[in-house]
Amino acid sequence: MINTIRAIGHHIVNAVWRIGVASRFFFLTLRYSGSSFRRFDLVIKELFASGVMSLIIIVVAGLFVGMVLGLQGYETLKRYGSESALGVMVALGLVRELGPVMAALLFASRAGSAMTAEIGLMKATEQISAMEMMAVNPIARIVAPRFWAGVISMPLLAAMFSAVGIFGGYLVGVVQIGVDEGSFWSQMQAAVDFREDIMNGIIKSLVFGTVVTVIALFEGFDAPPTAEGVSGATTRTVVTSSLAILMLDFVLTAIMFRGA
Amino acid sequence: MERTTLDLWVGMFVVAGIGALVMLAMKVGNLGTYNVAETYQVHAYFANIGGLKPKASIRSAGVLVGRVTEITLDTERYEANVVMSLDKRYQFPKDTFANILTSGLLGEQYIGLMPGGDSEMLKNGEVVKQTQSAMVLEDLIGKFIYSKAAETSK
Repeated sequence: MINTIRAIGHHIVNAVWRIGVASRFFFLTLRYSGSSFRRFDLVIKELFASGVMSLIIIVVAGLFVGMVLGLQGYETLKRYGSESALGVMVALGLVRELGPVMAALLFASRAGSAMTAEIGLMKATEQISAMEMMAVNPIARIVAPRFWAGVISMPLLAAMFSAVGIFGGYLVGVVQIGVDEGSFWSQMQAAVDFREDIMNGIIKSLVFGTVVTVIALFEGFDAPPTAEGVSGATTRTVVTSSLAILMLDFVLTAIMFRGA
Repeated sequence: MERTTLDLWVGMFVVAGIGALVMLAMKVGNLGTYNVAETYQVHAYFANIGGLKPKASIRSAGVLVGRVTEITLDTERYEANVVMSLDKRYQFPKDTFANILTSGLLGEQYIGLMPGGDSEMLKNGEVVKQTQSAMVLEDLIGKFIYSKAAETSK
């Protein structure tokens, strides 16, 4: 009994401690970011690894999510005789929620896990210690460029996800089912507000990009330098960042769209 | 990978991302559709605005001429004070009639302007005097039941 309570307490204290270390890690990253803007080619290299390489999965997933939204939305709206509002439903759903959230989830599992594994292996093969020996700050050289690449590419990926998704909804709704094309676009334009909906979606994806990359980089940096440690850290990256995205999404939605 | 091809790919990625944003803003959002540079404000008092909301459209002969900017309750007359921003290109006579209408059976509500015959035009900050409130379904049903009851009691 006592041992169980002790174990629970240990877990909680450990979790709080890790949050503290991760926050310190985040501020260190921000502090040593200067060099990644002076040597922007480092960021470009990471933009290729995390952004460009995630393009295909984002585009394909976005297309199918949009097509499903079109199909399901039509089935529901048909019951109320308001099929013409299909464009509104697809666009608002994607721009406000599904675009940022799905893109962030895919980014966490596609790019975040790769970042953790890469940095964890660098640590296991003592590349990071070697850098410190050469007086190269590993946070400035390895972590900061990856962080900024993630923060820059996340809103772009979310915007692409939404745009491709709306096209997917258009394909199913207008081309296949035959909803009126004019009302599909015009009602969408009347209902979607640039500042309220699109900008808030971008803010969401910026927040998600920051959180996902910080979690991935911290887990990598913090991984025990063994094969088992790296694999555990990669798993934790995907689990923690997925949960963080979904919980933060609820909080952000409650703040942004409560009155609307 | 070679530096130039890497830069090219990243460039394409950024261009595609910004292109998607512009497409969202223009084609999906309302940035490209209605952008009035110059507007003038006109007030109107309604006894009941029904489901009218800020940013609802204002139409005359079906043409979009402006947007509702603000709705407040005037506690002196206990009527809704609706501020309308109208496009400077469209001028309306002083005796214009403002109706709250519904597009379709369950559609959104908007304000319809019916121009009168006055030779003077509405200016910034002036009040549209003739208004008709929104149709509220409960009131209509109430009236209908009342007239039915009156019929059967005869």
